[in-house]
Amino acid sequence: MRPTLPRLVNILVPVKRSIDYAVKIRVASDGKGVDTNVKHSMNPFDEIAVEEAIRLREKKSTKVDNITAISIGPAKAVDTIRTALAMGADSGIHITTPENAVVEPIAVANALKKIIDDKKFDLVIMGKQAIDDDSGSTGGMLAGLLGWSQGSFASKLEVEDGGKVHVTREIDGGLENIEAKLPMIVTTDLRLNEPRYASLPNIMKAKKKKIETFKPEDLGLDFTPRFETISVSEPPKRQGGGKVESVDELVSKMKEAGVI
Amino acid sequence: MSLPKSTSSLPRLINSRSAVFAITRPRLSLSTHTSTTSTSLRVGGAGSITQSRSISTSRRRYATEAKFDPDSVERATDEVDVCIVGGGPAGLSAAIRLKQLEQERGGDELRVVVLEKGGEVGAHILSGAVIETRALDELIPDWKELGAPLNQPALSDSMRFLTEKSSFPMPHPPQMNNKGNYIVSLSRFTAWLGEQAEALGVEVYPGFAGTKVLYTEDGKGVKGVVTGDVGLDKDGQPKDSYEPGMEFHSKVTLIAEGAHGSLSKEIQNKFDLRKGKDPQTYGLGIKEVWKVRDEVYEPGKVVHTLGWPLDYKTYGGSWLYHMEDNMVSLGLVVGLDYENPYLSPYKEFQRMKHHPFFANILKDGQCIAYGARALNEGGYQSIPKLNFPGGALIGCSAGFLNVPKIKGTHNAMKSGMLAAESAFESITSSSSASEDASESENAEPIDMSGYAKAMENSWVYKELKEVRNLRPSFHNPLGLWGGMAYSGLDSLILKGRVPWTFRNNWEDYETTKKASQVKPIEYPQPDGKLSFDILTSVSLTGTNHAENQPVHLRLPEEQGARERHTQANVSDYAGLLGRVCPAAVYEYTDAEGSEVDAEGKKFVINSQNCIHCKTCSIKTPTQDIKWTVPEGGGGPKYSEWDKPSTIKFPD
Repeated sequence: MRPTLPRLVNILVPVKRSIDYAVKIRVASDGKGVDTNVKHSMNPFDEIAVEEAIRLREKKSTKVDNITAISIGPAKAVDTIRTALAMGADSGIHITTPENAVVEPIAVANALKKIIDDKKFDLVIMGKQAIDDDSGSTGGMLAGLLGWSQGSFASKLEVEDGGKVHVTREIDGGLENIEAKLPMIVTTDLRLNEPRYASLPNIMKAKKKKIETFKPEDLGLDFTPRFETISVSEPPKRQGGGKVESVDELVSKMKEAGVI
Repeated sequence: MSLPKSTSSLPRLINSRSAVFAITRPRLSLSTHTSTTSTSLRVGGAGSITQSRSISTSRRRYATEAKFDPDSVERATDEVDVCIVGGGPAGLSAAIRLKQLEQERGGDELRVVVLEKGGEVGAHILSGAVIETRALDELIPDWKELGAPLNQPALSDSMRFLTEKSSFPMPHPPQMNNKGNYIVSLSRFTAWLGEQAEALGVEVYPGFAGTKVLYTEDGKGVKGVVTGDVGLDKDGQPKDSYEPGMEFHSKVTLIAEGAHGSLSKEIQNKFDLRKGKDPQTYGLGIKEVWKVRDEVYEPGKVVHTLGWPLDYKTYGGSWLYHMEDNMVSLGLVVGLDYENPYLSPYKEFQRMKHHPFFANILKDGQCIAYGARALNEGGYQSIPKLNFPGGALIGCSAGFLNVPKIKGTHNAMKSGMLAAESAFESITSSSSASEDASESENAEPIDMSGYAKAMENSWVYKELKEVRNLRPSFHNPLGLWGGMAYSGLDSLILKGRVPWTFRNNWEDYETTKKASQVKPIEYPQPDGKLSFDILTSVSLTGTNHAENQPVHLRLPEEQGARERHTQANVSDYAGLLGRVCPAAVYEYTDAEGSEVDAEGKKFVINSQNCIHCKTCSIKTPTQDIKWTVPEGGGGPKYSEWDKPSTIKFPD
């Protein structure tokens, strides 16, 4: 009798091209967004997700078949996919959107669901939030749409051979350990790992890896936003503080301000 | 943790020569310390595809007792035809020209690789700038149709002399006539050149620095470069994310690092390229970009000033260019042969902006960018020998800036083009001679003297020879006055047709007087509206370096080097480095007890602030600061500022 084949895990890693974390953000001239004519890179939480997928493959305890990076964004998002490929993902999917189009979390979740239904993935590892909109919703929405378990804010991830998954979650009170079974969604938190650099040999090799490109219409998806941004403004300028010479002066100033 | 970004967004055919690409990284058994994970994964079974990944993405763990020796690590190697260190105008022009020649003349496909330490092409490029399109017209005649960001022609130019409270117009040398030139963001222009290069099939790798030169077996030639290791901690030990740099073996290596490049310095020493030449002298250019009110904005206006705030003994002057989109580029260049160690180029620039001439323009505007970079001032006399076995120096690495014109981009580009032509000839003739790839390993390093000769006969040298005496004429007891008088005479009438050549007799650091011989300079405090404190300015450069990496500004390794440096610099030169660095990297802070290096001070290097201007390496009186390349992708991000962006104008 043939032994049962070890279960192969197909991992999908959504990556987002967002404004680089080191850029100084400025409000756009129309007051409805920020200046996007600046450096963009892969969302740092997504880098952690790609890194985790690759580490899962490197650990012999999980039999990973394929790691696919997917991005929904404008033409330049293909650079983000290439970065994921250079880190070690095997292939990429790019759903193209018009330049500067807003794609809301629910649209992303629907798109991911379509891809997952079509191509059969077992595990989705994604960033817990994108650093440009800080929505933090896509992971949960996707889990809801698919009816899958989710382990969010993961700071530790273990996938056993039979498909059992252990996730340590970062929560307000500390850490929470949960156990679930594939298929599932995992969203990454900062402490999960430190992403590797894409080495030059890997960047060169990544150019040969395949990226499939789709338009939303091809997949029957509608990205029309449901929200309208009314205005974006900078936080009020910080008022300078004053220096005090003694504790007594501090106390009297606090009384003046009505604080005590 | 931002990853180096590959700008390849176009499909590219990797030519067959990349099959030679070999990974020679150690696998499982190399060292007892290592615990590698997963080198190849074979997945079999009915219906599934066998996958064999022969590339190791393992992370090596080294025993913490063993001191890590980067030289002992085996590295991936790659064979290319031309490796260009530096993705600036010179480097990219060379790359573009090589690919053009390949298309024109046919033959085997050349592999041309450009290594750029900035996070993107253009990130480390800073200049005024008004560029002459002479070289661009030769390289890419249809640049306008291709969308080159040369949108603002220079419409008027003038020169003013500033006194402390007022200014008056003065005549300027004919070289500074800008008819036909364009006011550009050089950073954006360079990014555009990068796109053109990639479209032609050049492999451009931003975020990867060329850190070491590879020499041939006999040490007499250059056979390539090594990119930097990443993932070392500040003690030089590998972290989990350690990736060794990669070796590029190239038939021709072109060094295009810009002024005072680190590899350029090494190569000039090794091959004695400066023999018989004057030392290279430099200026420090400090720049800001402002968005100004409509009332004062005059697009296309070009103004240069001399005089205040610099004294007659200090060479330098300012510029003010009205670019596109209500943006104004302004800055101050200070000759680094200045004498007074109390001089702070940054603070001179800040106080200069309060002069009515500048204040009227900048009032109620918004400063959106800041940067600084050393530039060559030596001119013709200071150009080193340009070629060495296996490669050549191009662009500002050699030093082709025309100082009176304040332009060097066209010369840098032309040098890149001529180097490409010479390299192409040599490579195609040598490869037709020896077909066997392995034979070329032992072949003689390519001789690039054809490039040096072509430069001597080119318009670059003709124009540099004509103005060779202007800048050095400022080395006279009357300083500015003598210089202006001579320059007027030479540029208008003599035009360099004289039998004499004034020499650059001293290195910039040598001319610094001791603090005891000069008077300290009092600088006003910044007001936060027109002038700013240095740390605010540094934040506008977008500079960042990944934390926990080795400090890239190196004192000598000998015992006590730090103490000796601090001793000499604090007692004799009043902590010069702390004043000259335009990014507040160096500090001599008050210290006590065991923290003291010397004279009650501690020498602090805030290397994360570094904006790669190279001034410290040039001006340190004790010449014991070595600028080495930090991890690729770090450093300033100039490219993001100079775009016609959608910044909201402050109310």
